[in-house]
Formats: sequence, structure tokens, C-alpha cells
Amino acid sequence: MATLDTIERLVRERFGAGVEETACFRGELTVRVSPDAIVEVARFLRDHPALRFNYLSDLTAVDYLHLGRAVRFDVVYHLLSLEYYHRLRVKVAVPELPGRTPSVVAVWPAADAHEREVFDMFGIVFDGHPALERILMPDDWEGHPLRKDFPIGGARSFYFKRDSQPWAGEPAGLVPRIRLNDSDV
Amino acid sequence: MAEPASDILDLADGDAAALITTVERTYDNLEILRVNMGPQHPSTHGVLRVVLDLDGERVVRLRPVIGYLHSGKEKIAETKTYHQFIPYTDRIDYLAPMAYNTGYVMTVEKLLGIEVTERCAWLRTILCEMARISSHIVFYATHALELGATSPFMYGFRDRELLYDLFEEIAGARFTVSYMRIGGVRRDATDDWLAGVRKFCDYFPRALDEYEALLTQNEIFLQRTWNIGRISGDEAIALGLSGPSLRASGVAWDIRKSHPYLWYDQIEWNMAVEDAGDCYARYLVRMREMRESLRIIRQCLDRVPKGPVNIDNPKVMLPRREELRHSMEALIHHFLLVSEGFWPPAGEVYHAIEAPKGELGFYLVSDGTPKAYRLKIRAPSFCNLQSLDRMCRGALLADVVAIIGSLDIVMGDVDR
Repeated sequence: MATLDTIERLVRERFGAGVEETACFRGELTVRVSPDAIVEVARFLRDHPALRFNYLSDLTAVDYLHLGRAVRFDVVYHLLSLEYYHRLRVKVAVPELPGRTPSVVAVWPAADAHEREVFDMFGIVFDGHPALERILMPDDWEGHPLRKDFPIGGARSFYFKRDSQPWAGEPAGLVPRIRLNDSDV
Repeated sequence: MAEPASDILDLADGDAAALITTVERTYDNLEILRVNMGPQHPSTHGVLRVVLDLDGERVVRLRPVIGYLHSGKEKIAETKTYHQFIPYTDRIDYLAPMAYNTGYVMTVEKLLGIEVTERCAWLRTILCEMARISSHIVFYATHALELGATSPFMYGFRDRELLYDLFEEIAGARFTVSYMRIGGVRRDATDDWLAGVRKFCDYFPRALDEYEALLTQNEIFLQRTWNIGRISGDEAIALGLSGPSLRASGVAWDIRKSHPYLWYDQIEWNMAVEDAGDCYARYLVRMREMRESLRIIRQCLDRVPKGPVNIDNPKVMLPRREELRHSMEALIHHFLLVSEGFWPPAGEVYHAIEAPKGELGFYLVSDGTPKAYRLKIRAPSFCNLQSLDRMCRGALLADVVAIIGSLDIVMGDVDR
């Protein structure tokens, strides 16, 4: 198992200015890399003989809208090496517009469903993903639920009608519905 | 059809694309038939829908369509205090709520930087293993039922009830236990309860022998599972498979060994690994894991120390009910914890445990307020489902049911 210092040093040596920031909290190393470099970094991390991050544990995003950051989203990769058992968190900042970042499906096929989920929930587009479609929400859903400006009670109320349009929505407010907490809407 | 890659590190980009399931494909062969299966189908473990492209009876491609059980738990987590979210973790994988409780509270404890008491960690180890056994029993029962054997279902659910009685005794609920607390557990285990667990450990090996007598050498079962739904270790790693299904492909990876948490490094036990990577191997791994779990529980029972079960930190841990009657401070702390919650440090943590179905990770981003800023649940079933296409390619339509069963997914875990 390479120590966190070693991992950090190897990545810094290879990418230099491509590594924007590193942080260590509770024994977990986070490396923030520049968005252009992510695929290259991913391949380096997977193939370097001392790193071998061959397993993508998790891929997700965080919306920093309420924390007043200049760049709205972070895409977060949790990597694991099944050879050395060390873990690493890699982050890439993604601005709201155009909201695009390269896909890592070619490096870790496991990213397929994760990237679809992030697209579904945050509206971040992964360039190079073979079929970026919604995965959890209905295909005709409007909005991206895990964005911080998406209301907790839903942007619209949905109910089934008997007419030809089975899945009709009306603007919120016309139909009584439960709100969990007004401050959260 | 993709051939098994020889080495993950040599997996070229083209091979990686061949493993992806979501791409819409057209075929030159007009004989290809597209068939929908689910979501209302008795053998898809809940509401899984798969779209199958068939060449005769052979599966050319399978595409899972999910989201029917999506309940937005990650969004809910952003509106709840850390304590309030515990009951929601029961409902992610509703067949192993104890493990999900544990994974979640351990993540919050990691964020807070607190250590639970020795007794609490031993109890959690016992309960996680009991959750594993009860989850694997359901795998055994439903998997056999889907293949047409009804007796294992009865046997399995008979014995699972014994575990659920124990859960009910300690937590007050059979299914949705919500037993773990940040910094401890809801209620300490009594000696009677520990004796009950030991009684279960003495009884269950005989039941396991019965299980195996029904299926392990059963010719029909072998024909339905042996050499069906194969996946190589390299492909499994590339597709993010974890847990027993990965170990059945010859990859010796178990988080309890690789990143020991609780007391797993203090206990002697073996990882169950099989090389074949087929449905039968996945069955064998789970059967052996149940025996190993019993071994772990026995050792834990011998070593559970006396002493306090919850941490002595009133800013995090809810006070005991009796204290509220006479202690002003306890009442104040209780009021604050219930109405407002506690204020953790700002930061982010990822904590993974070996849930019965694979790597269960929680990624928690805190902005220093009593509610999580973001909670991502890395659900094992969601990730394991990606391997289904690879396992099913080339298999017969009837084998799809066997393969889905052997993957042991829970839709609550897939959709969250």
C-alpha cells in the first residue's frame, strides 16, 4: 500500500500544474485536477505500477450553489486499488455553463451507470459517454432533482389522468400537496 | 460479443466500450427480437425491468431499466439532521438494515472523529454478520424458488424468522430496525439476548446442512446454475462488481479484510472465494459466507466485554430516557439534539463497509451545519447490476432468471 504522501507526490510529479489542490481529511486524500486533464489522470492512476487504481468505487457530483463558490459543481471520483487496497478521491470542477466534463467510461467501464446518474440528477453532460440518458427519473422528467435549486417537494405535481395524456403535469400550487419544510423549498 | 479480457490493465478502450450496456444497437440480422421483461415479474426481485435482444432463445444483449423504486433518499438526506436520516437507511437494502445503519453511522462518526465504545463495536460486528446471514438466506430461498424449487423457500424463511425475532428483541422491529445511533446503539443488549444469539449459532449449522442437502448436489440445480452466467475477474473489476459476486470470480477482495473496520481484524475467519465466476460459484460463496459469519459471531459472543455501550458525549449521543426525568442537562441536550441536531466540522468523508451485497459506501459532504450538505450512497446493487449484461450475453432466455437471482440485487438498493 502506497502511503498518501507517495500517491500525492507521484500525481504531482506527473501532472504538475494539472493538480490544482490536494487535501487530507480524516486520513483520506483528495486531489483536485484540472478538468482537461481528467481522462489522462484517470489512465495514469489506473496504469501506474505503484498506484493501480483499477476499481472505480463511486462517481458522483456535488452542487455547491449554496456555499457561494465560483464554480458550481464538483464531479467526484472515488478510486480503489484492488492490488494495493489504497483509496483516493479525485475531484474536477464543472461550471454550471456549459456543464460538461469528459467521460471516464473508456478507462473504467463501471462509470457508465454512475455518469448517467450524475447526468440525471445534476444535468452534467459527460462528453464521450456512449449513451447518456436518464437512469432513475422518467425519461420525460424536467429538471435535475439533486441540484440545490430543485425544490424538495418537486417542481411540479404529477398525477395520473384518464384522458389521452396519461402523465400530465400542472404547475405547482394548483394542486394541494405536502411540503416537508418551507425553508427547504 | 466481447471475449474475456486477459488483463484489466491491458483493457483497451475498444474493449471497454464493448462492456457498456446502455448503447442502443441495431442489428444486420433481422431475426433479432427485442423483448421486454418486467417490471412486474415475480422473479426480478422487485421492480427490475430488463429489455432483452434475443437471437432465437439466446440473449444478444440485455439492458436493465431501473428507477421504479426511486425515492430520492439522497435528496431527503439534505433536509434531515444526521440522526433523522437513520430510518431511511433501513429502507435502502431492506433485507439487511443493520448493515446499512452501521455503514451510515460509521460515516458520520468518521466525520465527527469519534470512536465508539468497545462493547458497541462488538455488538455492531455481531449484528452486521446477522444481517449478512439473513440477507443470504433470502438469496438462497428466492434463488431456489425462481428455479422452481419451493422447499428451500420454506426452509429459508423459517430460519430467517429466528433472526428476525432476535432483531425484534433488541431493536423493537423485525424489518426496519433503525437500531444504530451515532455514537452507539439504541439499547444495550441483554445477556438473555446474547444467549439467544448463541442458541441460534448452535442451531443454524444444522439448517445450513439441510439447505446444502437440498441444492448443492442437486442435479436440476446444477444444470440451471453450473457454467451459467460466467464473468471473469477482470471484467468484474472493470464493471465495478463487488461483494460475494466478485469473490465468485476469483477476486479475493473483502473490505472486512482489506480495510478492517469494527473488530474484523481481531477475529479469525476466512474469505470465501471461488474461481468459476458462474451462478453456481456465486451460490457457493454465499453458502460458505454464512458459515464464516457464524464463526465470526461465535468469537464475538465470547469477547463482548461488559461496560458502557454508548459514548459519553452528550453533544452527539441522545441521553438515556431515565435521565430525562431528573437531569436538567440531559433535558437540554435532548431538546437541542432533537430540534436542531449537532454541528459537525465542515469536511467530507467516504466510508465503505462490506454489506451483504458488496461495497456499501457513504460519501458525506458537510458544510458544518446540522444537516448533510450532500450524501451519496454507493449502493452495491446499483453497481452490481452493470455486470448483468455481460453475464447474460450468450445465455438462454430462461437463464436470465437464474443469473438475476444469483446476482442477488435488491431494488431498494438499486434505486435508492
